[in-house]
Amino acid sequence: MNFDFDDEHRELQRAARGLLDDRCALRDVRAVFEGPDPYDKDLWAAGAAMGWMGLAIPEAHGGLGLGYLELALLAEEVGRALAPIPLSSSVYLGTEALLLAGSPGQQERYLPRLASGELIATLAVQERRDRVGGADLETRFDDDRLYGVKAPVPDGEVAGLAVVVANSGSTLVLVDLDGEGVRREPLQSLDPSRALCRLHFDGAPAEVLGADGDGQALLDRLYDRAAVLFAFEQLGGAQRCLDLAVDYAKQRYTFGRPIGSYQAIKHKLADVFVAVELARSNAYYGAWALSTGSDELGIAACLARISATEAFQVAAEEGLHVHGGIGFTWEHDAHLFLRRARLLAVELGAARRWKRTLVRRLVARA
Amino acid sequence: MDLDDTPEEAAFRAEARAWLEAAAAPLAPGEAPAAFSEFEDPEEIDRSRAWQARKAEAGWACITWPAEYGGRGGSSMQSSIFRQEEARFRIPADVFTAGIGMAGPTLLAHGSDEQKQRWLAGMARGEQIWCQLFSEPGAGSDLAALRTAAFRDGDEWVVNGQKLWSSAANLADWGLLLVRTDPDVGKHAGLTYLLVDMRTPGIDARPIRQITGGANFNEVFLTEVRVPDANRLGDVGKGWSVALTTLMNERSSLGAGGTGAALGVRALIALAAATHDERGPLLEDDAVCEAIADCYARSKGVVYTSLRTQTAMSRGVPPGPEVSIAKLVAGRMRQDMMALALDLQDLFGAVVETDPETDHLPWDHGYLFAPAARIGGGTDEVLRNIIGERGLGLPPEPRVDKGLAFREIPTGSVST
Repeated sequence: MNFDFDDEHRELQRAARGLLDDRCALRDVRAVFEGPDPYDKDLWAAGAAMGWMGLAIPEAHGGLGLGYLELALLAEEVGRALAPIPLSSSVYLGTEALLLAGSPGQQERYLPRLASGELIATLAVQERRDRVGGADLETRFDDDRLYGVKAPVPDGEVAGLAVVVANSGSTLVLVDLDGEGVRREPLQSLDPSRALCRLHFDGAPAEVLGADGDGQALLDRLYDRAAVLFAFEQLGGAQRCLDLAVDYAKQRYTFGRPIGSYQAIKHKLADVFVAVELARSNAYYGAWALSTGSDELGIAACLARISATEAFQVAAEEGLHVHGGIGFTWEHDAHLFLRRARLLAVELGAARRWKRTLVRRLVARA
Repeated sequence: MDLDDTPEEAAFRAEARAWLEAAAAPLAPGEAPAAFSEFEDPEEIDRSRAWQARKAEAGWACITWPAEYGGRGGSSMQSSIFRQEEARFRIPADVFTAGIGMAGPTLLAHGSDEQKQRWLAGMARGEQIWCQLFSEPGAGSDLAALRTAAFRDGDEWVVNGQKLWSSAANLADWGLLLVRTDPDVGKHAGLTYLLVDMRTPGIDARPIRQITGGANFNEVFLTEVRVPDANRLGDVGKGWSVALTTLMNERSSLGAGGTGAALGVRALIALAAATHDERGPLLEDDAVCEAIADCYARSKGVVYTSLRTQTAMSRGVPPGPEVSIAKLVAGRMRQDMMALALDLQDLFGAVVETDPETDHLPWDHGYLFAPAARIGGGTDEVLRNIIGERGLGLPPEPRVDKGLAFREIPTGSVST
């Protein structure tokens, strides 16, 4: 038994952190957050040069042919840096969908361009604010064409390819977002360093991904795999919030001593530490299940997702609180973490959905 | 990253399983492993001793201890594999937590060769029940404030004072005794660590009735108790660092409850499936599912954290601050879980019934016992201080007892 990453994985993680430390300081995140660009194109290109988008894509399709352990650690670093790039949409969701269910022709057409970062992909599921999960989906795929409205779609503004849930969830289709019959309408994202938009499809040419009618099963598998990788992003973000709050608690004095010496603050931060460690352990288990193709993935994905969502939320909220008034200012970075934590908490469905799924799966396994 | 056994680990597991299959009956499907016991039935203690002796004879006791002291000279990984396998069998509850779990590692770290020879092999064979004589009416979380005093008389120490919350002290053969040998120096510097034969004249262990109704912990009065200096562990005045070894091992023994809690969650699922309201089984109630999922995620988080620790140790890397979280998480979670189980039954959650037919854990007893897990072996608050100060490097609270001789330190009028 060896329940940790190995040196070769850590090497890749160090290289990713090196690049992110250089190119993605929090002021760089803020530049996207406050600026007109939906993502950091230069950082995306630099990551592409290191092979980030193709880590888990086979070499035959232009990737590095590495595995999910490497991808998980990259996700942790991207989460830690709050990197304003569409990695989760394009890699954990779009690329994974093609790897899972793409026909040889589809894989050949899209994977090399996804691996190089030249093409960005995304997944479009939800349609209305008052309908969540798979309820009342109206987008229709009919006679090789797609009709309907999808929102919010992460990175939909910059993606060239979308995997779209159609026909009440029974079918997933691939749509060229630069083609005819597609209109993009930017939405205001709670986390402007991660863009959201509305996609209008009016007879856009589309093709089925996987078997028609298998959409729901495929989406479930895709979500399980992505949940592990999202958990690592959340873990990275949570750890960074904790580190920043601990540093501040050592430097900030009240009544003649550092606030971190008061049990009120110390115990709060100890609780955040506990949440982060539980999240780390469950995320590692998820990475093991994902990388080995274990039957445990269904349960492991839920555990990773539940604990990581909790950890990032608690770390972002309490981390901000420890900073006091300065943490509530626009200039301070605490709200960048708070916003990212919130976005990641609801992408792939909120924790309550994963909790119910977990119990359902435990019952099914018993 | 690989959760599977290496070929060596698999061989060890197979060997352990083969021996266990011959020595014990497997648990029936759904049968819970031996729960915590208050050891009020002497036969239960005999069974615990007999099982330990049997393991020792076959080389399965105290796997990480050196062979010359009754162990197997094995790795912590092997020890954990054996524990995993043993948990699949119907075996007696373990009465050796304070001995094998705490006294053993403390002797291994601080004992002279002679002391190790004297106690360890017998401990491994289940011949000794140990207890911990640390806390006092005026010294709990602030353990170093203890007042039980010892003075030197020739080759002996003469001890006077009172200890408290000593589990199994009324049954124990030996005690881990922390005493004050010098009140004129700072409080940590004046402590010395002794091993005391519990049959020595002047020791009076009186069981204290707990909120569960059971009485497995004790107050222990020590009056002119004479302990040979040969039973001193570590130097005079260095008892605190020896005690820290004991406390660390106590916390990791008590925190190993993650696996047990994960099993408890399965029983909780069975309870929620079997209990219906007007809309059907409670397991179909979303709020119930979410609460169960929270418990399960925390319990598995503890289990996988211990695998990370194990991995670090097998790589020769000292484990990080994550080792401190197990007891903190497991204690709170157990309390939440038991309360949820009682809630599910509405008013029947307040009815105490011992139904031999039901295979449910006794939730009411579990609920009443739960507060103990958040107090004993370091309260939740002490653990948060440890995590905050040693794990996160946060500064300690300013202290008014710092730099004072023990006898100068202010005390209040209220003690436990």
